[in-house]
Amino acid sequence: MTQLALVIDLNVCVGCHACVTSCKEWNTSGSAGPLADMHPYGKDPTGAFFNRVQTFEVGEYPNTQTVHFPKSCLHCEDPPCVPVCPTGASYKRKSDGIVLVDYDKCIGCKYCSWACPYGAREVDPERRVMTKCTLCVDRIYDETKPESERKPACVMACPTSARLFGDIHDPDSIVSQAIRDNAGYALMPEWGTHPANHYLPRRRTPMHIHEDELTRSDNPLKVDGLLPKPAKSEPSLDDVMSW
Amino acid sequence: MRPDFSVLFLTTLIGAGQGLFLALFTVQLYALAALLPAPDGHAFYAHGSLLALALLVGGLVASFFHLGRPERAWRSAAKWRTSWLSREVIVLPALMGVVLLYGGAHLLGWKPTLLILPSGLVLDATVGLGVVGTLLAFALFLCTAMIYACLPFLREWASPLTVVNYTLLGGASGFTLAAAFAAWAAPEVTHFLAGWALVLTLLGLVSRSASLIRNARLKPKSTIQTAIGIKHPNIVQKAVGFLGGSFNTREFCHGKPAGTLRSVKWVFLAAAFVVPLALLAAAGSSGPVLALAFAVQYLGLLAERWFFFAQANHPQNLYYQAVA
Ligand code: SF4
Ligand code: SF4
Repeated sequence: MTQLALVIDLNVCVGCHACVTSCKEWNTSGSAGPLADMHPYGKDPTGAFFNRVQTFEVGEYPNTQTVHFPKSCLHCEDPPCVPVCPTGASYKRKSDGIVLVDYDKCIGCKYCSWACPYGAREVDPERRVMTKCTLCVDRIYDETKPESERKPACVMACPTSARLFGDIHDPDSIVSQAIRDNAGYALMPEWGTHPANHYLPRRRTPMHIHEDELTRSDNPLKVDGLLPKPAKSEPSLDDVMSW
Repeated sequence: MRPDFSVLFLTTLIGAGQGLFLALFTVQLYALAALLPAPDGHAFYAHGSLLALALLVGGLVASFFHLGRPERAWRSAAKWRTSWLSREVIVLPALMGVVLLYGGAHLLGWKPTLLILPSGLVLDATVGLGVVGTLLAFALFLCTAMIYACLPFLREWASPLTVVNYTLLGGASGFTLAAAFAAWAAPEVTHFLAGWALVLTLLGLVSRSASLIRNARLKPKSTIQTAIGIKHPNIVQKAVGFLGGSFNTREFCHGKPAGTLRSVKWVFLAAAFVVPLALLAAAGSSGPVLALAFAVQYLGLLAERWFFFAQANHPQNLYYQAVA
C-alpha cells in the first residue's frame, strides 16, 4: 500500500507563501477548470485555495517564536470527510491514498467540509462544488515531465525546501526518514483521522562556545600580554604562521 | 456553524410534517381500539395527510437551496451505506409516497382487509400504510438527527440527545398542528391531540434543556496546541493567510455577537415550549388559539434550530482566530 503525503518542516518554513501562489497557479490552469478568484483587486477579495500559510506567535515577549504554518488537506488515512459524502464524489484512492473530489458528481452540499476537523476543504464559489488539495495528482504522474519534476507544485516552489513529498508507507522514503529522524507529528491526533501529512517541529539550534574559541592560543594579544612586554619589532607567532 | 435558512426550514418543516402524520395515525389506532370516536375519513385523514405532505414537500424544496448544484441532487441517494445524508435523501421521498397513499386511501375509501385479529378487529390497508409510514417517520427523525450527531468533533451535536430532540420537537410541533387542524376537521379528537401535544412539548423542553446543560459543560478536546502541534500555553494567531474572506471564515461561524446567541436561547425556550404549553393548556378546543400555539411553536423551533447550528463550534475555527 502506498500513501503519498507531504512532510512540512516548520523549522525551515519562512512564511513566504510561494507554495500558496504556485498551488493556485497550477490548479487554476489544470483540466479541472479555474479556481475561483473573485474581486482580486476589489474591497473584499475571495476565492478558493487548496493551501494557506498561517502565522502564529508562540510564547510571551521577549521569548517568542514566530511559526509559519502551511495548511492543506492532510490526506487522512481514515478520512472522516469521505464516508459522509452522499454522492460518492469524495473518495480516497486505494492505489496511492490521495483523497479526491469528483467535481462532476459533487452536489455542493458542504457536508464533507463539516466533517473535516482541519478546515481543509473549500467550496469554489464559482463552480459551486467542493475543492481541496489533490497532491497535484495531474502532475505527479505526468510522464512528459522529467522525473525530478513529478512532485506537487508547492514542493517545487518552496525556496527553503520546507516541503517534502513521498510515500509514508515506504520506510526508506525521504518522508518516512524525515518523520523518524526529526520527530514528525500529525495534527489533532485526538480524532483518530491519522493524517498522512506530517509536520516537523521547530528545533533549537544551540550554540556551544568553548573557551578556546574566545581566546586563540596564538593570539598576539596574549603574546603581547607577556611580561616584560616584548618590543614591537620582535616577531610574534602570527608572523611565523601567516606566510 | 453558520445557520443556513434552507436547512432550518428543511428540518423544522419535515419535523412538523412527520409529527402531523404520526398524530393522524395515532388517532386512527385509538379509534380502531374504540378509545376515541372515529373521525370523518375525508375531512380528517385525507386532508390531514395532504397537509403533512405539503410540509414534507416544503422541506424538500427548501433543502435544494442548500445545494451548490441542485440539478445533480439525485446523485445523493448513492452512498446510503455510509452516509446519513444519503439515507435521509432516500427515506424522505419514501415517507412522502406513503403519506400520499395513506391520504389517498382514506379519500377514496379504499380499505381492503389485510388481517382480522382474533379479537375480531379488522386491520385494513390504511392501517398497513399507517404502520409503514410510522416506521419511516421515525427512521427519518433518526436520519436527520444522525447527520449532525455522527460528527464526533462537533461535540455539541455528537450526542444521543440530538436524536431525542429532533424526534420530540418534530413530534410536538406536529401534534400541536394536528390539534389545531382537528378543531376544524374533527372537533371530537381535538382534546386528545392537544393533550398529547402538551406532553410532547413538555418532554421536548426536558430533553432540549438537558442538551443545553450538557453543552454548557463541554470542554474542548481540540486546542490550538493540538491544532498546530506545538506544546506551549501561549500561542496567538497573527495571520490567517489572506486579507479577504474565504469559505472557512464564512461557513463555520454565525457571525453574531455572543449576546445574540444568549437572547436567541431564551427566545426559543419561551416560543417553542413555554408559550405553546400555556396556550395548549388554555385552548380547550378553540381552533384559533391552537393555531396560534402552532404558529408560535413553529417560529420558536426555527429559533431553536438557528441556535442549534450557531452553538456548534467547529475545530477548524482554531485556525481562523485572527481574521487579519
Ligand atoms: S484533512 Fe480533511 S479533507 Fe483532507 S482527508 Fe483529512 S478530513 Fe478529509
Ligand atoms: S459537497 Fe460534494 S464532495 Fe462534499 S459531501 Fe457534498 S457531494 Fe460530497
